[in-house]
Amino acid sequence: MTTETHETSGASAAPLLPGSGEPLGTAPAPGPWRHRHVLDLDDFGADEIITVLELAGQMAEVLERRIARVPALRGHTIVNLFYEPSTRTRASFELAGKVLGADVLSVSASTSSVQKGESLIDTVRTLRAMGAGILVMRHASSGAPYLAARHTDAAIVNAGDGAHAHPTQALLDLYTMRRHFGDLEGKRVVMVGDIAHSRVARSDLWGLAAMGAEVVVCGPPTLLPQGLRPGDRPDHAEAALPHVEVETDIERAIEGAHVVMALRLQSERQQGGLLPSLHEYSLHYQVTAKRLARAHPDHLLMHPGPKNEGIEIAREVAGGGRSMIEEQVTNGVAVRMALLYLLALGRDAAAASAGEGAS
Amino acid sequence: MSTLAIHNGRVIDPALGRDGIADVVIVDGRVARVGPNEGDAVIEADRIDATGLVVTPGFVDLHVHLREPGFEYKETIATGTLAAARGGFTTVCAMPNTDPPLDRRAAVESVLRQAEEHAAVRVLPLGCITRERAGKELAPAGELAQAGVVALSDDGDAVADARLMRHALEYAGAFGLPISQHCEDPALVHEGQMHEGWVATRLGLRGRPASAEETFVARDIALADLAGAHLHIAHVSTAGSVALIRAARERGVHITAEVTPHHLALTHEEVAFGWSGSQVAANGGGANGYGSIAYHSNAKVNPPLRSHGDMDACAEALRDGVIDAIATDHAPHAVSDKEIEFDLADAGISGLETALGLSMSLVHAGRIELPTLIERLTAGPARAWNLDQRPGLEGLGTLSPGAVGDVAILDPDAAWTVKPEEFASMGKNTPIAGRELRGRVLATVFGGRVVHALEGIAL
Repeated sequence: MTTETHETSGASAAPLLPGSGEPLGTAPAPGPWRHRHVLDLDDFGADEIITVLELAGQMAEVLERRIARVPALRGHTIVNLFYEPSTRTRASFELAGKVLGADVLSVSASTSSVQKGESLIDTVRTLRAMGAGILVMRHASSGAPYLAARHTDAAIVNAGDGAHAHPTQALLDLYTMRRHFGDLEGKRVVMVGDIAHSRVARSDLWGLAAMGAEVVVCGPPTLLPQGLRPGDRPDHAEAALPHVEVETDIERAIEGAHVVMALRLQSERQQGGLLPSLHEYSLHYQVTAKRLARAHPDHLLMHPGPKNEGIEIAREVAGGGRSMIEEQVTNGVAVRMALLYLLALGRDAAAASAGEGAS
Repeated sequence: MSTLAIHNGRVIDPALGRDGIADVVIVDGRVARVGPNEGDAVIEADRIDATGLVVTPGFVDLHVHLREPGFEYKETIATGTLAAARGGFTTVCAMPNTDPPLDRRAAVESVLRQAEEHAAVRVLPLGCITRERAGKELAPAGELAQAGVVALSDDGDAVADARLMRHALEYAGAFGLPISQHCEDPALVHEGQMHEGWVATRLGLRGRPASAEETFVARDIALADLAGAHLHIAHVSTAGSVALIRAARERGVHITAEVTPHHLALTHEEVAFGWSGSQVAANGGGANGYGSIAYHSNAKVNPPLRSHGDMDACAEALRDGVIDAIATDHAPHAVSDKEIEFDLADAGISGLETALGLSMSLVHAGRIELPTLIERLTAGPARAWNLDQRPGLEGLGTLSPGAVGDVAILDPDAAWTVKPEEFASMGKNTPIAGRELRGRVLATVFGGRVVHALEGIAL
């Protein structure tokens, strides 16, 4: 099976990355970039997304070096503040920061003062006072990173907030798709599963819409959120959510798809009365080889992980030739490196123009 | 003998059908005379010049949370009633979800004693429908009525058990107490944080569907019909509820209802975008209008702010009299209860001081006449619960001779900016901070005494 691979970053190997840890303030901007925080992709233009993805391509090359180290972020302190357990996202951010030479500290809810009732705002301010310039945050409450961003001048990176957003996952998804397809304009991307509770789906919708993809969400009606169909919103709010096609029939949804993304199904959905059983779900919504036969011949199969094989995705396709699942994980590190770099660059530039040293 | 003469204002007294320039003379705390130049003959009086202003009966609020006892860090009877006075309210009905809750005589008497000593205006407490507000057993309605409650409510929660609700309605009827029900089915609300719809989807917040309110409104109307009792629907917020109440009243079921200023003037878009109108479309829409969101916990309230259609239906019902009263559901909270993760933040809006200004937006938009709006703030609520039949309160909500000398003096056109830091209420939790409102209470008279007067009013 062959998939054409598009190089998105040109031939040069990371020309923008200083090798010796000098402040980034003098480094050239890799492309359009306006963000102080990364909270979601709903306020990203296509130009900024392309900046991130192209830079991520250079970061991927760094990761392929025998000694994958570029001390571009030396002197920057990054704190991973995880209020929810996470293995892969947290490890991915830790690795991204370390490869770039930053000081990386990870704080998880079980070892912090969160459980003693310390408020989120206090925690964020305390970490900032200790020198953290970039705070990577995972939280069970939708909107928690927005609260943090209102109360600190550190850069906040949303590593997943409740059912709301997971912008770095969406960027790595876009990166993966773009590596294989180049331009995403008009590509049919189908997300199957628990759309209502999925922060990955929400961020992917925004990112894909910005890149001009045609997006379909598919799942049982109990797992589809209200208001997604354009007719469910007043006219003036037409643009308040991305344009998507909503489908409850997986066969119809997958027809001609360039990308099929299965979402993780939490077993709580059954107890919550949203599904009769996981078995019933798998019968009607599992992504299987038979169903994928309806997709575009060059389709990609994706999953944000961790996956439940045999529930939302069949084992034979998860490990099959169209599966991007492992590549997504690898790409995640490169994309997060790119984001951390861009945020640090912005902070150094701001500090330089304020006449201060890098923080 | 003390006399107060309010001169030359446009007196709007809807219950008496009065709307014209007149003087209001209050002697020893009660309305003595109202009429053109009636004040001129009075000697030795305190005087207020209301020329160019509107003079109305003091407002009556069927739904406030004064938080005392138990939550004095959020509000006290003293600060809450001062906020009421600032808003033109001279009678406030205080919800019993305090700590301890008002489910027994001693608790009610204690609130009345505190009010006697510290309140700026009249406080009429409600009692609980069920013991400890737990929804399991009836609270002693007869004992509570004797202690002085004017209605029963487990507000904050609905009585979910239909059989208990039926018996509560039947039993309270014997003591002439209406039951004010917070209609939201907890099973449908589940862990909902805001109105279910496209804004909740955008924010990734769990929704409280309109049907969570409507199923309980329908159920409780049927139970009130069965019991032959008086049911009051607190804070109506959906078009579906309005239709149910309209139909029930038409067939003669004893249903009264209230709506809050925020449900009349704001929508669920406040939570994400901090506005409610279609400004987005006016500004060109698209990514600029909807590009960035916030989680405005000061717009978190139960029942939640809803859609434009719901808001419009509530306004229409208020105009038609299907909804009897504007009630604030004043729900003060401390910053530490609000400036936290959205799903952990307390629900509620500090509403007494912005009630008139927010409600006046309907008048300025030509959707309701000023006298009708005033009726819904005065005689409407007083009559809904027969407060004007209670000993000592005869004529409440009107300026009829002998009525309590409660008056609000307002400028319906005065533009002002909402500054929560200047609220008398300890609750600074309003979603409309910094917004300009048109319509303001300039002075409030309670029992013939001036309890609020802005600088510049000619005393």
